[in-house]
Formats: sequence, structure tokens, C-alpha cells
Amino acid sequence: MKMWVKKMKIKDFAEKLELKVLTAYDDSKEIKGCYCGDLLSWVMSRAKEGDAWLTVMGNVNAVAVAVLTECACIVLTENASLDEQAKQKAEMQGVCFLQSSENAYELAVKISELI
Amino acid sequence: MADSIRLHYDVSGTDFTLAGAASSDVKRTLKQLGISPDAIRNVAIAMYEGEINMVIHAGGGEIDVEITENDIRMVLEDHGPGIENVELAMKEGYSTAPDNIRSLGFGAGMGLPNIKKYTDDFRIETQLGVGTKLILKVNI
Repeated sequence: MKMWVKKMKIKDFAEKLELKVLTAYDDSKEIKGCYCGDLLSWVMSRAKEGDAWLTVMGNVNAVAVAVLTECACIVLTENASLDEQAKQKAEMQGVCFLQSSENAYELAVKISELI
Repeated sequence: MADSIRLHYDVSGTDFTLAGAASSDVKRTLKQLGISPDAIRNVAIAMYEGEINMVIHAGGGEIDVEITENDIRMVLEDHGPGIENVELAMKEGYSTAPDNIRSLGFGAGMGLPNIKKYTDDFRIETQLGVGTKLILKVNI
């Protein structure tokens, strides 16, 4: 069990994991944990504030869930795409979308080494 | 005793981009009032699920929220098709959402069960062809 909690700024997180930044973002947000899932109801009730949320859902509804759960950012895995409408809404609501070519498992393993 | 705060929202039945707007607004208000994070989380989850249900199944609806000293009360009412089998609808994993909705990340059959799980008081009134009304309460 980890005896410490590390936090990480989005900029460092994106650089270390070689993630593509898809939206403008507020770098005061800190990543404190990670949650993986694509079913929005499931994520809505389980993701925590400050989580990096790994998903393939790049739509407006994912933005709403990110706002409500206050997760730090959404990482679209396996190069899942962000639709234009979602991009606009995300920037309006201050939700940061990142993108990775890796799958949720591969990325989560790396995240666990970082935070 | 302090007056309660009342909020009203019309939920669009066609615009998916607006789903979650009412829940976000209530969440913001509750934060400003200094309500505990746990209660806020419970309200946000219940309301978001309710909003999504209205958009997916009922062509929209209305939400009234009342914040009192002791609790947050929500009434979510739609004039959709009603729920044929409430017992089934309350079961986790049961969903009547069509495939196009599932591809958006919904239809997990978690909506009503989540609403019940995260509220302290849950009542459902539904009539086929008339609509569905949820009366919810989250203690502060």
C-alpha cells in the first residue's frame, strides 16, 4: 500500500506520459488519482475529484460527467477521438482533454508509477 | 427558521449537449452555501441520472429543487411514456435504452438504482402514457 499521495500538474502529467493535449486547460488543477471506465453512470458515481479519467468517450456527455465529478482531466485512450461539439463545451467549462495511443491498462500502469 | 431556496429547471428533451446543466447549477449553488461535499455529491449524482433519464426516455421534463436547513428536496417530473415495470427498472443492469444511446456511454441500467442509492428518501410515481415523477430527498 502506498503511504504517500503525490499530486501532479496537468502539464507535467501530459509530458511524462507523452499525451497529446486536445483542449486549452487550467494548469492549477492537480491530478491525484486515476479512474478507468466508459459507462457514464458508473463513472459518475465512482470517479473522484482530482482523478485522471481514462476513457474512450469523447462526447459532450463525458464533459458533463467530468464537470460533476470534478476529475482533473479526461484522457482519451487508444487515440479515441474528441468530437468538435465536446471540444467546444470542454473549453467553455474548463475540462481538459488529453489523448494517448495506449490502452487504459497500459496507461494506468504508468500513471500508478507517477502518482 | 431561514427561508428555503427554490430552484427550477426545464430539461430539454432533444438537446443532449445540455444534459447535466441543471445538476451542475445545483452543485454550484450548494457549494456556495457551504453544504457538505458528501451531500453535494449525492445530489449531483441523483440529479444527473434523472436529467439523463428525461432526455433518453421522456422527451425532457422539469426539475424543482428546494434547499432547506436540513435537506435538499428534488422533484423530477416528465410527461414521457411512463415505466412499465418499476421493479425491473430499479434493478441494476436493466435498461430499455436503444443502441444509439448505449454507444454514447449510457444505458448501463444504473440510472434509477443510482438515484435510489444516493438519496435518503426515494419515491417514484409512474403511469403508462402519462409520465413519471421522482420525489427525492438528500439529508444535509
